[in-house]
Amino acid sequence: MTASVTIENVSKIFGAFTALDNVSLDIRAGEFIVLLGPSGCGKTTLLSILGGFQSPSAGRVTIAGQDMTYVAPAKRPTTTMFQDYALFPHMRLVDNVGFGLRMRGLAKAERDEKALGFLDLVGLKASAGKRPHELSGGQRQRVALARALAVDPDVLLLDEPLGALDLKLRRQMQDELKAIQKRVGTTFVHVTHDQEEAMAIADRIVVMNQGRIEDFGPPSEIYMRPRSLFSAGFMGEVNFVSGRVAAADASSARVETPLGSLALPTGNFTASAPKAGDRITLTIRPEHFRSDDKAEGPTVALGEARVVGSAFFGTHYRCHLEPCATDTRALVAHLPQSASVREGEIVPLAVRASDVVALPATGGHA
Amino acid sequence: MLRQISANVLSWTYLVLVYAFIFLPVAVLVLFSFQDGRLPVPPFNGFSLQWYGAVFADRKLMAALGNSMVVALVSSVISVLLGFLAAYALARYKLPGSALQRGLLIAPMTVSYLIIALGLLSLMNALHVPLSLMTVGIGHVVINLPLCFAIIYASMGDHHINIERAARDLGANDFKLMALVTAPMLMPSILAAFFLSVTFSWDEFIIAFLLSRFDVTLPVEIWSMLRSGLNPKTNAIGSLVFLASVAVLLILELSLFGRTKKQ
Repeated sequence: MTASVTIENVSKIFGAFTALDNVSLDIRAGEFIVLLGPSGCGKTTLLSILGGFQSPSAGRVTIAGQDMTYVAPAKRPTTTMFQDYALFPHMRLVDNVGFGLRMRGLAKAERDEKALGFLDLVGLKASAGKRPHELSGGQRQRVALARALAVDPDVLLLDEPLGALDLKLRRQMQDELKAIQKRVGTTFVHVTHDQEEAMAIADRIVVMNQGRIEDFGPPSEIYMRPRSLFSAGFMGEVNFVSGRVAAADASSARVETPLGSLALPTGNFTASAPKAGDRITLTIRPEHFRSDDKAEGPTVALGEARVVGSAFFGTHYRCHLEPCATDTRALVAHLPQSASVREGEIVPLAVRASDVVALPATGGHA
Repeated sequence: MLRQISANVLSWTYLVLVYAFIFLPVAVLVLFSFQDGRLPVPPFNGFSLQWYGAVFADRKLMAALGNSMVVALVSSVISVLLGFLAAYALARYKLPGSALQRGLLIAPMTVSYLIIALGLLSLMNALHVPLSLMTVGIGHVVINLPLCFAIIYASMGDHHINIERAARDLGANDFKLMALVTAPMLMPSILAAFFLSVTFSWDEFIIAFLLSRFDVTLPVEIWSMLRSGLNPKTNAIGSLVFLASVAVLLILELSLFGRTKKQ
């Protein structure tokens, strides 16, 4: 089963601390949503409000059109998978997975059969008689998933479920989670602070910071067209270049920066339409710098820069560049494997205008 | 080299003396329960089981032994149950004045058994409750509840909170949560509290003496035997009481170790 979730103007205040500040979100049935943000951004608070473990100070939560704002966790069509798995240490796996069914009054034979089915789904049917302490971290995580899914929730809430796993296992479990979500069709709301994990599994990512939603959209859009400086900076590496809008019309705007001036399509101003005189910050991903002018498509030259450091990362060279023209802070660029970069070398800088996103400057970046 | 040997000798001597100090009285008691003669004092005349035979033939003693077992088991079950419920409430819910409530629950530990017994005695008189094994049991719950509460409360860590949340999330109500999740998880400390409480009740004299009338527990019966003078029979029953306490402690140790090793 699956259901849509609507969060309307939810706020949560703990004394003097505002954990959630007027958050609204529409989640479609069957979506894999990732709440992404640094610790303390409110993502876990939002998840526990969805699960019913906390109630909001203001606002409303509806699941499948039903108001759930003050409904107890057990009475909601949600189950939560906890960060520490929270398995029952004294029960066999089959009893762990069957616990929710037992609470729903299913007879032993029936719930054991169903529980075995869900253990099979996560590949642990053979271990049904074991106890949690006999399992590895990844296996416990799978049991927790099977236990949460066994009661057939409309919405599964996952609180940093992969946080305790090592990197390799985490990447593997991401793929499994995604595959299982596709199979069961349940709406998943998953909390993480790992942006790679978010991109790997989410249909849509919610980027949160200081109790607010900074950005909401599919991974590619969040990465390529961030709607806030925080979102741009949190989703991978980015260069911020401050500038000013010199002139703007309906289709494009001319922007003056310390690196030179460039014309950007209006569509690249993701937060608000450009007006002449606006102070802005350009965000340029390291891989969007092209040092050679043979790159495909028309590019805009941004002067030259000196290579002050470079390291080979396998898929690319990661270079620290100092623009020659100005005292702008150093830039990070990813240059292709084929580029032979040496420290001290002067390279031309160029970007495609369509790759550059312009956002309103904030005090910190102006 | 010499210093090391003398240090070793000293520490071993110290160890032997400490254990002798603790166990010599018990050893003497047990030894003279096998005395072939009428007086449990040196010299040891020879080995005999006659006094154990006398103990098992004494119907009053056997009745007192049975009474002691009933009182110990029933009062311990009640102490553990009440202690668990109090610990659960104070560990998991925000209650008004919870620090004060915890203090009040543990406070009886600091009051002497004699005072508790006198208080209960006048209370029972005021309420016109006749003295019986039940009043003894009530007295033992009063002294063992604080102990059970303290042991179980200390083991209710925050690491169990998410497990209990998960159980609630999956539909468990308070009763099922406690019966199926919380109590089984805390079983080692619940068992520890239970067996300690059994041994305390089993050995307790003053409360049992002041709050009982016709049916008495074993320590009270032994005391009345002692009034008619020393007798190897009292040594024999004393040895049996000691044996029972050791057995309970062994069960406690084994059940605890068995569980902690598994987890």
